[in-house]
Amino acid sequence: MKYIDEFQDPELARRLLDDIHATVTRPWALMEVCGGQTHSIIRHGIDQLLPDEVELIHGPGCPVCVTPLEVIDKALEIASRPGVIFCSFGDMLRVPGTGRDLFQVRGEGGDVRVVYSPLDALRIAQQNPDREVVFFGIGFETTAPPNAMTVHQARKLGIPNFSMLVSHVRVPPAIEAIMSSPSCRVQGFLAAGHVCSVMGMGEYPELAERFRVPIVVTGFEPLDILEGVRRAVRQLERGEHTVDNAYARAVRPEGNPAARAMLEDVFEVTDRAWRGIGVIPDSGWRLSSKYRDHDAEHRFSVGGIQTAEPAECRSGEVLQGLLKPHECEAFGTLCTPRTPLGATMVSSEGACAAYYLYRRLDLPATKAREATPVV
Amino acid sequence: MCLAVPGKVLDIEERDGTRMATVDFGGVVKEVCLEYLPDLEVGEYAIVHVGFALQRLDEESARQTLELFAELGMLQEEFGDPWETAAAEAGVDPVEEVRK
Repeated sequence: MKYIDEFQDPELARRLLDDIHATVTRPWALMEVCGGQTHSIIRHGIDQLLPDEVELIHGPGCPVCVTPLEVIDKALEIASRPGVIFCSFGDMLRVPGTGRDLFQVRGEGGDVRVVYSPLDALRIAQQNPDREVVFFGIGFETTAPPNAMTVHQARKLGIPNFSMLVSHVRVPPAIEAIMSSPSCRVQGFLAAGHVCSVMGMGEYPELAERFRVPIVVTGFEPLDILEGVRRAVRQLERGEHTVDNAYARAVRPEGNPAARAMLEDVFEVTDRAWRGIGVIPDSGWRLSSKYRDHDAEHRFSVGGIQTAEPAECRSGEVLQGLLKPHECEAFGTLCTPRTPLGATMVSSEGACAAYYLYRRLDLPATKAREATPVV
Repeated sequence: MCLAVPGKVLDIEERDGTRMATVDFGGVVKEVCLEYLPDLEVGEYAIVHVGFALQRLDEESARQTLELFAELGMLQEEFGDPWETAAAEAGVDPVEEVRK
């Protein structure tokens, strides 16, 4: 067990693994929802250390990956307009829209700027009152509260030239969609820790009960993930299906009430398309009518843009856990981080990029160990 | 962008009616909004995402997570030069891109 030596506490890792090995009696499939967890699992070979009976399926928890193509096209259209300063997080620069990305728009003369925080974009709007400043607001429940606060501030401070292109997504409806699919193999979830640090755990008991599936709130570190797996497997073996918090140092049951209150004020729940998956009911947020003046989709009239996704990219199946990245015909040939077909290869949190980076082709365990790590 | 990174509060001040802090992320210092954790104090640790403190964290957990993220290259992604990264991915000269 070469990898165990790389763990922060190898002895604890060994104990957790021993416990999992001793507990499991039959095959179980668990889905980790968060892309950060996927990255950590592949980097440390956690899936290879687990008993053969425990399969980890990579979920749709990368905001860059799930942002639909047509939203990228809307961003590209707005960013190309004269007089616009288009602000985005850096990891959206290379996400392919139809034919190009934000990086290329800048090369063509568009004023595309990368910000660390949405508040930076608001500051740019204050400093450039004669320009239209648009922020690309994507992400899950961790990113939505900062973006909500920024729109709230724009309204409070009266900054008319600031607007946001909003494409936020919510985790619980995605879990519901995955579990409702006839081809679903998932029997337990490792829920995304930081999402729960904002939203708390209140949305999960109903899902756990309805689908009879254990949901264990889990962090990102290798030991966190092993502990999450251990608790999920234990529940499954006992026939239990409850919500369990294995990340108590960062997650309180109520989450962050101030952030949740702001979300309710600024956004309203809406149906949202997920890249490669399609529309999931109630799975997103959009700006509420109170903040319509700051809605870039409305301001730039790009609501009509609709785009079909490329047929050769199978990221939707990867995002739903129906296909492992290396099983896609285009993986590593037609599709690489330099020439990505879909967002799961662009974002470092995407399952395809993690497999590519760590040269994980699901080889037999011994061969895979020889091939990794590369960083 | 998805990951929230733990950081230590160095300094707090009120700016334009908003509670802001200077936060150290393992050597990188950034401005952070405290509106969602208004009672956070200097010396405490919090999980910070895109410039907002979202939840308290104890020092040991924060240190371990920072070490892991550094090892995974995620701190570089979060705080490094995004144009340089994008240029490298696109296969063009990063130096030229950064100068633009």
